Amino acid sequence: MRDAVPVAEAPLQIGSLAVGSVARRASGWWGMVTLVATEAVLFSYLLFSYFYLATQSDPGRYPAELPSFTLSAPSTAILIASSIAVWFAEKGAETGSRGRLVTGLLIGLALGTAFVGLQVKEWLDKPFTLSAHSYGSMYFTVTGFHLAHVVVGLVILAVLTVWSALGYFDRQRMAPVAIGALYWHFVDVVWLAVFFSLYITPHLR
Amino acid sequence: MAEPHQKIPQAGVATPELEARLQTIWETDSGLMGWIGTVDHKEIGIRYIVTAFAFLIAGGIEALIMRIQLAGPEQSVVTPEQYDQLFSMHGITMIFLYALPILSGFSNYLFPLLFGSRDMAFPRLNAFSYWVYLASGLFMYSSFLIGAAPNDGWFNYAPYSLKDFNPGPNMDFYALGMIFLGISTTVGAANFVVTFLRCRAPGMSINRIPIMVWGTTTISMGILLSVPAVSLAFFLLWMDRQFGTHFYETGGGGEPLLWQHLFWIFAHPWVYIIVLPAMGMASDVLPVFCRRPLVAYTLVVLGTISTMALGFGVWVHHMFTTGIPFLSMSFFSGASFIITIPSAIAVFAWVATIWTGRIVVSSAFLYFAAFIAMFVIGGVSGVMTASVPADLQLHDTYFVVAHIHYVLIGINLFGVLGGLHFWFPKMSGRMLGERLGRWTFWTIFIGFNLGFLPMHWTGLLGMPRRIYTYPQDIGWSAMNMVTTVGSFIFAVGFAMLLINVMVSLRRGAPAGANPWDAPTLEWAVSSPPPPYNFAVLPVIASRHPLWESRLDEGRGDSSLERGLLLDDGKEMLVTTPIDAQPDLIVKMPGDDPWPFLVTLAMTLGFAALLLHWWWVAAGAGLAILFGLLAWLWPRADLGQKREPGHA
Repeated sequence: MRDAVPVAEAPLQIGSLAVGSVARRASGWWGMVTLVATEAVLFSYLLFSYFYLATQSDPGRYPAELPSFTLSAPSTAILIASSIAVWFAEKGAETGSRGRLVTGLLIGLALGTAFVGLQVKEWLDKPFTLSAHSYGSMYFTVTGFHLAHVVVGLVILAVLTVWSALGYFDRQRMAPVAIGALYWHFVDVVWLAVFFSLYITPHLR
Repeated sequence: MAEPHQKIPQAGVATPELEARLQTIWETDSGLMGWIGTVDHKEIGIRYIVTAFAFLIAGGIEALIMRIQLAGPEQSVVTPEQYDQLFSMHGITMIFLYALPILSGFSNYLFPLLFGSRDMAFPRLNAFSYWVYLASGLFMYSSFLIGAAPNDGWFNYAPYSLKDFNPGPNMDFYALGMIFLGISTTVGAANFVVTFLRCRAPGMSINRIPIMVWGTTTISMGILLSVPAVSLAFFLLWMDRQFGTHFYETGGGGEPLLWQHLFWIFAHPWVYIIVLPAMGMASDVLPVFCRRPLVAYTLVVLGTISTMALGFGVWVHHMFTTGIPFLSMSFFSGASFIITIPSAIAVFAWVATIWTGRIVVSSAFLYFAAFIAMFVIGGVSGVMTASVPADLQLHDTYFVVAHIHYVLIGINLFGVLGGLHFWFPKMSGRMLGERLGRWTFWTIFIGFNLGFLPMHWTGLLGMPRRIYTYPQDIGWSAMNMVTTVGSFIFAVGFAMLLINVMVSLRRGAPAGANPWDAPTLEWAVSSPPPPYNFAVLPVIASRHPLWESRLDEGRGDSSLERGLLLDDGKEMLVTTPIDAQPDLIVKMPGDDPWPFLVTLAMTLGFAALLLHWWWVAAGAGLAILFGLLAWLWPRADLGQKREPGHA
């Protein structure tokens, strides 16, 4: 692909170069990497706040009941499955298969929507509210931040589905798919951190 | 199989026909659409600089009002509440709306020129970053219109900032405004990082990059890693105020100290963020007036990066008086001493450069020489407060006020003014008046030191910061009067600078391409540069492409006359991150109104959140989504989607 000659020896005899947005060499892909970096740090600060308040405040204020895995474990599995579906879509785009691309995105979209449904159900089942105590504030804010990111990811997947169905992409031109998929994978990885912090660590006490 | 999206770029020399063609391709349209839609990094950079200077003047006027109030004891020029709003907005303005944006302005203007490139990696994002900066600044300043500006100081400690103690909208302006501004800062930083990695001239490997670029790129990484902390801190504050959550509010298990942690995790890196690019300017400009390359280039680069990295490990030194554990104080005190080492490397490198150089004195040189002296004073007073026992005595006194002003004026403003004298000819095509420039320098230098040096003493005498007046017989009156006189002399110097700029824009001597005989690429093009910057893209073989005939430091010769043409539409060369070898050709967007329109929708959204117009906020959210879709819709002419011809 890259057959450029070292510059110092022959400054101006540059070989053939790719033109335009090329998957992971597109500027947008690099831009998404910086967004993922700063968003990952945002979640680190959120979880720092969670642990800070958990260690500094009176344990008596925390709900007696430990967080349940009944809904959160299936949610986690669903989100991981959605990442696999989106990866399948990416591979479809790389091999020029519009069918695989659209199918993968649609499955990812459906699984992501199911995750949102389960999360909302879990929210409604909670016996406390956002303003009940610092744990309630933290719980709804951390999961709410993540949920907002899932919703943005779903919008991205939906838009990519439309663009793919319209035939915008082929093997060379698929940078938007690679960029959107990176964001979706990031949202899923963040969930694992949230799940570990909010659901697993309370059981370790 | 023939690759459909490949081509062999043609090389050549600049001809009038090529320049005319590039002018048509790269020129911003005239008229209103061009004005709101421009993506020219030079135009955006100058807008940043002008806007940041406007905020600097606003913050300066706030400071002068405070100095009138404090000139003598027991005065009542302003009420205590007005005084609170003045010192809060003064800090917010100088630290957030002036200090970084002014440096972003210079970097935006200079990055592609220093890189031998035609634009930033994301031109539309660049325009967006400017518009959001302007909108968020005006958003925060609009609080003055209803007399409810932020009034809890720029670091805004809980619980004073909570609803019980601060029921008006003052804090909501600050909280929402800072989240809004954080968007601008973040996307701007992402743009600098990606531009650094990908948009350099072929051959400009990472050991040939100007230090100012290293400074800006380092702090851009710092911004990506620190700004989320402050956006989050303000978001949680807003939730506490509006939705009864308990993050900082102790009644429900919150912790006011959480605010201090989140704020200083951001704000200590931030003080390095707003000085490192200015230190980079010193490292790039001093050698020009010393007629020799910078001493210890590699050490200065490593010092820049390690200062930023260590800057993330010292935030608790702002919290020594909060009753944190002894071990924690020891660690953060030690870290705060260690950080002086990489900062001192730069100082020694500058001194050695001056010592071994042949000095040409100019206004720009004087500003950077003063910069070194002010940095040493501000650095030493910083080391003093890094020591826990000293800090317990000095905390929240005027000593700290003196320290922060020596650091921020000394190594931000003096660097910026030196940079302005140095690059004004490039930006305007005319020289800044040198005689008035010298008078201005000495007025500013004397006014600044007369104003701020005595503050060390008023602090040691025990005068707390942020009090709106003081009693007659406590012994602070004379010092305060001297400070007030100094601040007005400082202001007169600043007025002289503005006059110099206005006059020189019309009547300054024509600058020519390289009036200082400087070594870097921005001086290889005309002043002001054409919209496309470089008619042919240069190839670089050394750190000082324009001094090669004298220095003999490269493996080969840079090629500035002959280079790649890339004249088939708006095209730019992308190179590899480390070695800067040609990698691909990207298609660049032209004027685009969407960054401006999305900013308008965001402004509406933040205003609606402030006013609790939830449905309007939701509508603005939809408008933002629609705007982003229009902005990002894949375009064949940008090489983002399948061309109709190809299967």
